[in-house]
Amino acid sequence: MKLNKILKNTFLIVLACLALSACATKKVSTGQMQGDVYTGTDTVEYLASGVPDRVFFATNESVLTTASRETLRKQAGWLRKNSNVTIVLEGHADERGTREYNLALGERRANAAKDYLMTYGISSDRISVLSYGKERPVDSGSNPLAWSKNRRAVTVKAN
Amino acid sequence: MNIFRFILLSLILILFSTIKSYSLIEVDITRGNLNPLPVAVSPLSIDEKSKKSFENLLKKKNIGEEISLIVENNLKTSGLFNPLNKDAFLQSPDIANLKPRFEDWNLIKAQALITGKVTNVEDKLRVEFRLWDVLAGKEMMALAFTTVPTNWRRVGHIISDKVYERLTGEKGYFDTRIIYVAEEGPKTNRVKKLAIMDQDGANNKFLTLGNELVLTPRFNPTSQMVTYLSYFRNLPRVYLLDIETGLQEVVGDFPGMTFAPRFSPDGKKIIMSFAKDGNSDIYTMDLENRIVEKITNHPSIDTSPSYSPDGKLICFNSDRSGYQQIYVMKSDGSNVKRISFGKGIYGTPVWSPRGDLIAFTKLHKGKFYIGVMRIDGSGERLLTENFYQEAPSWSPNGRVLIFYRETKTNDKGEGFSAKLWSIDLTGYNERMVKTLTDGSDPSWSSLLSN
Repeated sequence: MKLNKILKNTFLIVLACLALSACATKKVSTGQMQGDVYTGTDTVEYLASGVPDRVFFATNESVLTTASRETLRKQAGWLRKNSNVTIVLEGHADERGTREYNLALGERRANAAKDYLMTYGISSDRISVLSYGKERPVDSGSNPLAWSKNRRAVTVKAN
Repeated sequence: MNIFRFILLSLILILFSTIKSYSLIEVDITRGNLNPLPVAVSPLSIDEKSKKSFENLLKKKNIGEEISLIVENNLKTSGLFNPLNKDAFLQSPDIANLKPRFEDWNLIKAQALITGKVTNVEDKLRVEFRLWDVLAGKEMMALAFTTVPTNWRRVGHIISDKVYERLTGEKGYFDTRIIYVAEEGPKTNRVKKLAIMDQDGANNKFLTLGNELVLTPRFNPTSQMVTYLSYFRNLPRVYLLDIETGLQEVVGDFPGMTFAPRFSPDGKKIIMSFAKDGNSDIYTMDLENRIVEKITNHPSIDTSPSYSPDGKLICFNSDRSGYQQIYVMKSDGSNVKRISFGKGIYGTPVWSPRGDLIAFTKLHKGKFYIGVMRIDGSGERLLTENFYQEAPSWSPNGRVLIFYRETKTNDKGEGFSAKLWSIDLTGYNERMVKTLTDGSDPSWSSLLSN
C-alpha cells in the first residue's frame, strides 16, 4: 500500500513536470496520438509499478490497439498476482456524441477490456463494468487531443 | 406541492357565439413567421378591494397586471405575436374590457386585443378575459376561470393557450412544464440534479440533491410521473419518479445498465436500452404487470427508442450499419427499416406528437444539427447548427423543439456551459430558455389542463 502511494506521488510529480514542460513548449498534439488514439501518458495512473490503469480508443471504436492489449496483459499479470483484488472497468466516451449512444459505447469499451482480461485467465466475477458515457471527461478541452484522452477504459481497484 | 396537484379550474364559457364565425385575424404557424401579429394585451382590470386582498395573499402589488405580463411574455416568446408597448394604450383596462374603442386600438396598429378583469370571490381568484378582433370590431372569445389564488401563473398560461388556439387553430403549449437536468461545477466533475420548472422558467424546483449522477428525465405523457437514469450506488439504472409524492423505484431487475428510457404514449410502458456484455438492446417493461419484453436483438448498439403517438411504431438509434443511424420498426420489433441516409451520423430520434415527423440530432463534419425528417426518412430539414447540441424534445402541440447546447472550451479547457434552447419547427425563433443553473436533457410535459 505504502509503496504504492509513494510510487503514485513520484508519478504525480513527474506528471506535473511533464505538464509544465508541455505548457512551456506548446507541444502539438501529433506526438501524443497515433491516428486519433491517445498514446501519451499525461492522464495515466498506475495500478502498480509499470501497470498502467487505462487504455485508449479511436473515435466511435471499441477495438483494442496493440498498445492497449499490452497494457491489459500487464493488468492481467498484476491481477493474477493479487488474486483478492476485484476491479471496476469504467468505460468512457468523448463529448462528440449523443449522450445515450455514448453510454452504450462506454459500456462496449469497458467490455472489450474485460473480455481481453478474461482471455488471460481473470475471472469475470472479479470484474464489474460501469459506463459513464461522456459524463466524466479527464480533460475539459474541446480539441482532438483532449477527446482522445477521454475515450478510455479505466481499471479501478474496487476493494 | 400544491401546484403539482391538478387543481380543477372551473372553466365557464360566458360567450361562445362568435367562435365559429368568420374572422379577419389568423396566424399561419406552418411557415416561419417574420411578421408577428401585433397584439395589445391590456392589463387585467381589478377593483381596489380585490387588489388589496390579493396583495396580502400573493405579495403581488397588482395581480391583474402580473397575469397580463405572463400572457404578454408567452405570446412574445412564441414568435408568432408582437405584444405592443402598453404606454401607447389609450383606453383604461376596465373600460376596454366592457367595450373597446376599436379606433383607438387600430390607431396603434393592434390587430388583436386582450382585455380582462380580476376579482376576489370568497378568497378565490376569478379571472375573466376577452379576445377582440380589432379590425372586424368583434369579440372572438370570452372565458372566465375561478381557482385558488396561488394558481395565478397557471391562469396566465391558460389564457395564453386559449388565445394561441383561437388565433392559430392549434393547441397551445404554455400551461406546461419542463423537466431537465440542472448542472453545476467543473466539466470533469459535473454535479447534476433533476429539476422541474414551468415552461417560462418560473417555479423552478430541484427534485434530487445532486449526490448521484442523473440523466435524461422524461415525462409520462398521461400523468405526473417521470422516468430517468440515476447512478444511485454507482449502478446506472432506469428509475420511475412520482413528482407529486417524491416516491421512486428502479424499473425492472436487470443485471446491468439500463438507460435511454421513455414512456409509451399511453403511459403504461417504459421503453429503454439494456446493456450487457458490450451489447445494448431495446426492452419494454409494462408498469402494471411488470412483464419485460425484448424488442431488438442485434449485436450492435440499439438505443434512444421513441414511440409513435399511436404506439404502433418505434424509432430508434442503431449503429448496425457501422455508424449511428435512425431506424423505424413495428412496436413488436419486426420490420426494422433504416430511414436516415444523409451524410453524417444521426442520433436521438424522437417522434412528433403529431405523428408526421421525427426530430433528431445529426453530426456532420464536426458540427451538430437539430433537424426533422418525415417518418420514412424523406424531407430532411436541418433547423439549427452549432458546436454541440442534441436531444430535442417536442412541445405537446408539435410546433416547438427544446434541446440543449454545450459550448466549446478554450485552450485551457475553460468556458464550458450547457444551456437549454428552443426553436420552432420552421427553423425560426431560436431562443435560449433561461434556467437558474446550467441545464441539459430537457423534456416537455403534456398540457396540464385541457
